[in-house]
Amino acid sequence: MAENKNEKPILRLDNVSIRYISGDFKEIGIKEFLIRKITRKYQVKEFWADRNVSFSINRGDMLGIIGTNGAGKSTLLKAISGIMVPTEGYVECNGKIAALLELGSGFDGDLTVKENTYLRGAMLGYTRKFMDETYDEIIKFAELEEYQERAFKHLSSGMKSRLAFSIASLVEPDILILDEVLSVGDGAFRAKSEAKMKSIIQGGATTILVSHSIPQVRAMCNKILWLDHGKQITFGDDVKLICDEYEKYLKTKVLPDFKAIAEQKKKAAQQATAPKAVTPAKVIPTANANTSAKETAATNAPSTQATTNQNTTETKN
Amino acid sequence: MKNSNIQKSLSRFKENGFLFSELVKRDFKKKYKRTYLGMLWSVLSPLLTLLVMSIVFKNFFGRSMEHYTIYLFCGNIVFSFFNDATSGGMSSLLANSAIFTKINVPKYLFLFSRNISSLINFGLTFAVFIVFCIIDGITFTFGFFALLIPIICLIVFNIGVGLILSALFVFFRDMQYLWSVFTMLLMYMSAIFYTTDSFGEFENLFLLNPLFVYIKYFRIIVIDNSFPSIQYNLLAVGYAAIAFLIGALIYKKCNHKFLYYV
Repeated sequence: MAENKNEKPILRLDNVSIRYISGDFKEIGIKEFLIRKITRKYQVKEFWADRNVSFSINRGDMLGIIGTNGAGKSTLLKAISGIMVPTEGYVECNGKIAALLELGSGFDGDLTVKENTYLRGAMLGYTRKFMDETYDEIIKFAELEEYQERAFKHLSSGMKSRLAFSIASLVEPDILILDEVLSVGDGAFRAKSEAKMKSIIQGGATTILVSHSIPQVRAMCNKILWLDHGKQITFGDDVKLICDEYEKYLKTKVLPDFKAIAEQKKKAAQQATAPKAVTPAKVIPTANANTSAKETAATNAPSTQATTNQNTTETKN
Repeated sequence: MKNSNIQKSLSRFKENGFLFSELVKRDFKKKYKRTYLGMLWSVLSPLLTLLVMSIVFKNFFGRSMEHYTIYLFCGNIVFSFFNDATSGGMSSLLANSAIFTKINVPKYLFLFSRNISSLINFGLTFAVFIVFCIIDGITFTFGFFALLIPIICLIVFNIGVGLILSALFVFFRDMQYLWSVFTMLLMYMSAIFYTTDSFGEFENLFLLNPLFVYIKYFRIIVIDNSFPSIQYNLLAVGYAAIAFLIGALIYKKCNHKFLYYV
């Protein structure tokens, strides 16, 4: 992390909250609105899909977002990719984003595979020249050579997502967003797409991965964001700890308290090997230590809440 | 400041030029899918409407009038362009909701591309219109080029109304029924098959109807072989500008709200 300290984070979310409103008069229609207004039953329900989510990632990071269904993962990705504007808070993004959200949708069933490829390429912001050059490559990668003139709706769902992945993964985006992408396609294609993604990541791209496959997250990610019912349970780079806790949670349905865990861990580490394990910034035992630690926390600010916590607990002792 | 803003939106539009052309292609291909006559329908359907109208109304209004078929055609060509562009444009945003909820693209592109395919239709019909003018013995002058003014105004007006309607349609699905009733009312109020002479002092009320203004513009040039007054031109441009401005403002304001209602 030390070398990243002064670098601007490529993506920063600050207290992002997104609210859905249901039952307002635009939704229920004029007639129903008037009836409810007259019978005084008119009310609007609001629902926060995400509440105060904050994190930041740097170039080259691979962020895994985990959480049960309805945790607000896909909504958060929409905010990141600029499709939605957060109700509160803001998203700061310093790069080009390629988002693969809910693959296979957004294609036009009546058009052929070739036409859809060009259309999707255009939507992702590629130029015609680029599409002309890479079209063959896309089709080859998706293994759809024989289906080019077929109507898109006649493809199997696996083929559809293969095509979507092939188109979107061609760019060299600064940020690649993958929503449940890797769980599509058959085994052979899955291996191929994972290899492709690894090469994109090695090319320096930042990747955000939403997955229900914990082994996959463990293997690929270096940072984890855990959402539950729109709330941010934790964000940190201790992939193993968070994944372990998440798997525990899936069995017991009891949310862990990460603050407590962090403190416990700290204490344990201190008792075991007292000064050795501590990083240089935190060792200064003078009164200045407090401020300097806060400063590092401030420059580091959004990076991890966990580290900030550790810093403050450290100086208190 | 303002200049750079315009430049920014221009460059954004340029960036999306490829997407725009692909969307136009898609709309056009889909329109004539599974029809035997394909694009020929663009020419045929206004001709058939014209045929029906001239059979029905020629005996009522046509007797006392020279070039009645052309008179009808002027009304018809303007009205069907308007009707096609706005009725189709209304659903353009919602029909593409699967796209703009997944990918960050400028939303007005969907309406623009729908309008382009209406414009192509209009162009084909216009060619037939010119042929009819020749057959009917209308003398061609350079004045015909002035038709570009009402056509451009009409395009802008259609886009403006389309922007308003497509935004409203996302929020209120009732719009499509209301609009079809309204366009019918509009058709009867646009003096497509009758003349406004008999209305006497109320004749000027017709000028409140933008469509009538464009239709009459056509007739002044084609049938009367003259050019409308400056005030009349201002009126035509004004209606287009107002519709476009309102539409653009609605889109600007609701840009990020659409997604919650699809």
